[in-house]
Amino acid sequence: MKITDISELKEKAKEIRKGIIEEVYSASSGHPGGSLSIADILTVLYFNQMNVNEKDPKWEDRDRLVLSKGHASPALYSTLANRGFFPIEELKTFRSLKGRLQGHPDMKNIPGVDMTTGSLGQGLSAANGMAIAGKLDNKNYRVYCILGDGEIEEGQVWEAAMTSSKYKLDNLCVIVDNNNLQIDGEVSNVMSPYPIDKKFQEFGFKIICIDGHNIQEIIDAFDVAKNIKGQPVCIIAKTIKGKGISYMENQVGWHGKAPNEEQYNEAVEELGGAK
Amino acid sequence: MKEEKKATRQSYGEALLELGRKNKNIVVLDADLSGATKTDLFAKEFPERFFDMGISEQDMMSTAAGLSTCGKIPYVSTFAVFAAGRAYDQVRNSICYPKLNVKICATHAGVTVGEDGATHQMLEDLALMRTLPNMTVLSTSDDTQTKWAIEEISKIKGPVYLRLARLATPIIYEENEKFEIGKAIQIGEGTEATIFATGITVSEAIKAQEELKEEGINVRVVDVHTIKPIDKEMIIKCAKETKKLISVEDHSIIGGLGSAISEVLTEKYPTKLTRMGIKDTFGKSGKAQELVEYFGISAKSIIDEIKKEG
Repeated sequence: MKITDISELKEKAKEIRKGIIEEVYSASSGHPGGSLSIADILTVLYFNQMNVNEKDPKWEDRDRLVLSKGHASPALYSTLANRGFFPIEELKTFRSLKGRLQGHPDMKNIPGVDMTTGSLGQGLSAANGMAIAGKLDNKNYRVYCILGDGEIEEGQVWEAAMTSSKYKLDNLCVIVDNNNLQIDGEVSNVMSPYPIDKKFQEFGFKIICIDGHNIQEIIDAFDVAKNIKGQPVCIIAKTIKGKGISYMENQVGWHGKAPNEEQYNEAVEELGGAK
Repeated sequence: MKEEKKATRQSYGEALLELGRKNKNIVVLDADLSGATKTDLFAKEFPERFFDMGISEQDMMSTAAGLSTCGKIPYVSTFAVFAAGRAYDQVRNSICYPKLNVKICATHAGVTVGEDGATHQMLEDLALMRTLPNMTVLSTSDDTQTKWAIEEISKIKGPVYLRLARLATPIIYEENEKFEIGKAIQIGEGTEATIFATGITVSEAIKAQEELKEEGINVRVVDVHTIKPIDKEMIIKCAKETKKLISVEDHSIIGGLGSAISEVLTEKYPTKLTRMGIKDTFGKSGKAQELVEYFGISAKSIIDEIKKEG
């Protein structure tokens, strides 16, 4: 199911964004801002890069993704649904008692989710564990881990960064979703993790900086990352929180808030209307 | 009970090496304490399956979680205070919630850590770990039982917390004696009292039992090596058959063995239970055996308690 055509991937990203809006609107809660900022990255991962099988979600040779910023679950679920892991219709059950789509990713019950996350700062460690296991077993799979830029204020991320480097995990690719907003405001004001690139570089990562909404740049970055040997890679993706919905873009208020009916209709229209 | 003494952490290190030889999926993680936790025995023979994570217990727990999703069986070791305390959130969210196959073997539990004092004497781990869904909690009392447990827990699909001690204590059981997870061991048939004990207090309880016997007071000891799931049948049976119930543990009296037994008694067979343990206070520096006396969890304290009226 590899899509190489850029305009086709852009269309796919739109569908994934529609799913995100559908989820948070149906649930009347959830995190649209940080979900929309990683929609393009997830599109490229699941439709152009990652070797996964929707018919066999636990296939042991698959590439793996740890969404360490687990509150962006709407983006992951929408991507997985669009990739065929479960019906798109199911997105409407997000966060509801009758459904299985938990507020934060739950690997036990949701097909395609490789790691349970939600308590920030733990995902890179888990991704390291998967990458180490891959090396032990001489497997060729790759492990991707998406971190939020606010999330990297957690100390455990830097413990994990040392581990990635110590074990030369070149089968690991970290992506920092650098939208510069967290709940209390601008990341640079709340508790600045900058310079993010230099920090990861000093921790032993190869750094690639990209525009996290430019599909071609995202593809190129992952292609370059695959060929880097002997050290882990960190892609710093400059992104816009709320990307794709005009009134949500760069608005911290949309970190964890659902649209009302009018806003929902406006969002769907901006994304090209219902399918 | 034999003259020979051994710390359960030592038994752990030896058994882990044996298990590593038999099962290539076993991987071991430690946080800069491999000499103390005895995982260095495994590390020497299987360096490629041993991961020293440095002084970063949180990272260690979540890394183990990741390894387990790929079919590895991680045995994770550090001192109990760091395993259950510092890394609690990682144990909860990265390991227990997704029910991952991680074995946390925490050494240096309780006041019997000794000289290092309160910061290193974990008295709340049984309480913290047994409240976690999916978690199995063990606390072994001697060399034989620990060696059994190390292999046995590799067969459980899911998280396990095994509490181990620094202090060398007498070997209680014959080599190759069999146990069962969730089944407590009754030692003796006395009906004057039941002493429920776990970990290092089992040998103290047996000492008390032997001394009391010389005075004509017959008590039984129950070695509760599995704190969760707790052996309800054994607790109710002893409540019916004996005149007095006592629990004794090198752990806070809040939330540990005594609490677990109380919960069963309250619901199934209301009976008075005297909880001996660390009484809602932090530990202290001192020699291990001195501390056992100081905090009132020694054979002598048990004897005094049993002889009390009422």
